[in-house]
Amino acid sequence: MKILVPVKRVLDYNVKVRVKSDQSGVDLANVKMSMNPFDEIAVEEATRLKEKGVATEIVAVSIGPAQAKDTIITALTIGADRGILIQTDQDVEPLAVAKLLKAVAETEKPDLIIMGKQAIDGDNNATGQMLSTLLDWPQATFASKVVVENGEAQVTREVDGGLQTLGVKLPAVITTDLRLNEPRYASLPNIMKAKKKPLETKTVADYGVDVTPRLKVLKVTEPPKRSAGKKLADAAELVANLKSAGVL
Amino acid sequence: MAALVIADHDGAHLRDTTHKTVTAALALSSDVDVLVYGEGVKTVAEAASKIAGVRKVLVAESADLKQDIAEDVAALITGLAVNYDAVAIPASASGKNFAPRIAAALDVSLLSDVIEVVDGSTFVRPIYAGNALETVQTSEAKKVLTVRTTAFKAAAEGGSASVETVTAPATKAGTRFISEEKVTSDRPELGAAKIIVSGGRALGSKEEFDAVIDPLADKLGAAVGASRAAVDAGYAPNDYQVGQTGKVVAPELYIAVGISGAIQHLAGMKDSKVIVAINKDPEAPIFSVADYGLVADYKTAIPDLMKALG
Ligand SMILES: Cc1cc2nc3c(=O)[nH]c(=O)nc-3n(C[C@H](O)[C@H](O)[C@H](O)COP(=O)(O)OP(=O)(O)OC[C@H]3O[C@@H](n4cnc5c(N)ncnc54)[C@H](O)[C@@H]3O)c2cc1C
Ligand SMILES: Cc1cc2nc3c(=O)[nH]c(=O)nc-3n(C[C@H](O)[C@H](O)[C@H](O)COP(=O)(O)OP(=O)(O)OC[C@H]3O[C@@H](n4cnc5c(N)ncnc54)[C@H](O)[C@@H]3O)c2cc1C
Repeated sequence: MKILVPVKRVLDYNVKVRVKSDQSGVDLANVKMSMNPFDEIAVEEATRLKEKGVATEIVAVSIGPAQAKDTIITALTIGADRGILIQTDQDVEPLAVAKLLKAVAETEKPDLIIMGKQAIDGDNNATGQMLSTLLDWPQATFASKVVVENGEAQVTREVDGGLQTLGVKLPAVITTDLRLNEPRYASLPNIMKAKKKPLETKTVADYGVDVTPRLKVLKVTEPPKRSAGKKLADAAELVANLKSAGVL
Repeated sequence: MAALVIADHDGAHLRDTTHKTVTAALALSSDVDVLVYGEGVKTVAEAASKIAGVRKVLVAESADLKQDIAEDVAALITGLAVNYDAVAIPASASGKNFAPRIAAALDVSLLSDVIEVVDGSTFVRPIYAGNALETVQTSEAKKVLTVRTTAFKAAAEGGSASVETVTAPATKAGTRFISEEKVTSDRPELGAAKIIVSGGRALGSKEEFDAVIDPLADKLGAAVGASRAAVDAGYAPNDYQVGQTGKVVAPELYIAVGISGAIQHLAGMKDSKVIVAINKDPEAPIFSVADYGLVADYKTAIPDLMKALG
């Protein structure tokens, strides 16, 4: 069984986000970039399926600038076997990402696609569902547990009010939630090995997909700031303040 | 220009996130219809017909729709979308599950987590865990949006819309419902609560979480929330997670107990009206957004608070 894992290069989750003063976007110059945390979970899950003998090959794919190679190498370090970088400096919207991934899926013919539920920059939570629609493969989003057997993935999902378990026929698209697994740390030998694994570079044109943005970003601004209030001496003073604020 | 709002409900009751989504839709169009899907949802449809400003309520019922299978729900709505210029969906886990499918099927962008409708083609949405707000404009003919309901006021009651039945398309075979495990609680839902008491990693165990957070929540008639660390450690169910990748809430009063205030957590609660932080570390980032802070060990602060509340 072959698994395709899309991985996105994003601003590291620990980095403080700075909005550019000309309101054109977020400042990404000279800041730490990392693999989207949900995608790390996706690569880890694929790797565990391979270690269990369920999967035989894991292909990581990223759409982004030349530096997204590093993101793919991170995936190869965790356990992916080879990588595909679709290199572009353009901002690619979720629908266009989904179209590119569909084209990759059509040539790679994976049995399963495991990806993040949400990229922590765009926060769209959209690409997996769009890809599932375009491929006409079943989807199971927000996975906190995945069991693959008899041509089906049984996926426990984090939904409003609790958990839901669905069985999806393969090939299918699964998106990861935080509690699916805890990704392993990269060991030095694995980093060395990853650098020797195959990594192909492609262009958007190779897939014949139109990635022209549909949305025009008029501006990116800072949200209204909340200022720190007062520290109080004790619970009685807290209750008094809450009563006068009208919330108790 | 007409807009279709997808109702949010639990099978028996309409959630007021529906009313808030109606408000967002009314900013796009004066002809707003509401779709209620599920099984045995007549009372929900009646409730929807009473929302002021709603023109018509559509009801679709089937066993598959009740399981909320994304493929089935999206197929139903994509079919109905021919009659509308916009589809507005509350940004719940359920809405986020099927909304992108409708956009993809219609070959349009998804406008996710909209917090403001500037005009018929311009929308504001948070990115980077709410650390930046993006104003986007679309020239696409149809708009599919998920609505961050905490950013909109609920539409009033007082409507008298007609209720019409629509048929759901045949379901697809690729997905099989296996089981469901819902957390039942007599407390208000996180999304609807006026007061929320949230616990963090400091609580240290499920037993302690239940023993400290629950009684305070019950005393205040509050919902219970949690940080990711508390959920990951199993102190609270996943559905309680507040934050960038959990639930976004904006109650009148949010009490954070033993939560440090990581940006991912703040993203889910910083629009609350009044924020209280109880944390023994005076430098904890949660204090930077708290209106009232108690620098204290929760082990003494919570019993004291229970007493002070009488
Ligand atoms: C005009 C414009 C301006 C933008 N400005 C910025 C900006 O300043 N900074 C910035 O970082 N982004 C910017 N973007 C990109 C945008 O914010 C999102 O990154 C993009 O729309 C994808 O959405 P998402 O990452 O939220 O997708 P989601 O649907 O949240 O992603 C879900 C999953 O899809 C997969 N995926 C998504 N994208 C890729 C990819 N490229 N390669 C491989 N897998 C992927 C991953 O598995 C991911 O976990 C801009 C886009 C536009 C159109
Ligand atoms: C991709 C991604 C998504 C995420 N999404 C979310 C999300 O949606 N929601 C979320 O919450 N987090 C999210 N996180 C995690 C987030 O970064 C933090 O790790 C998490 O919020 C920390 O939880 P905490 O505040 O309970 O724990 P900690 O950061 O460990 O804080 C515990 C606090 O308790 C205080 N404390 C300890 N003992 C006591 C005591 N006896 N009395 C009083 N105070 C005490 C400490 O001073 C400390 O400030 C996400 C992270 C990533 C990478």
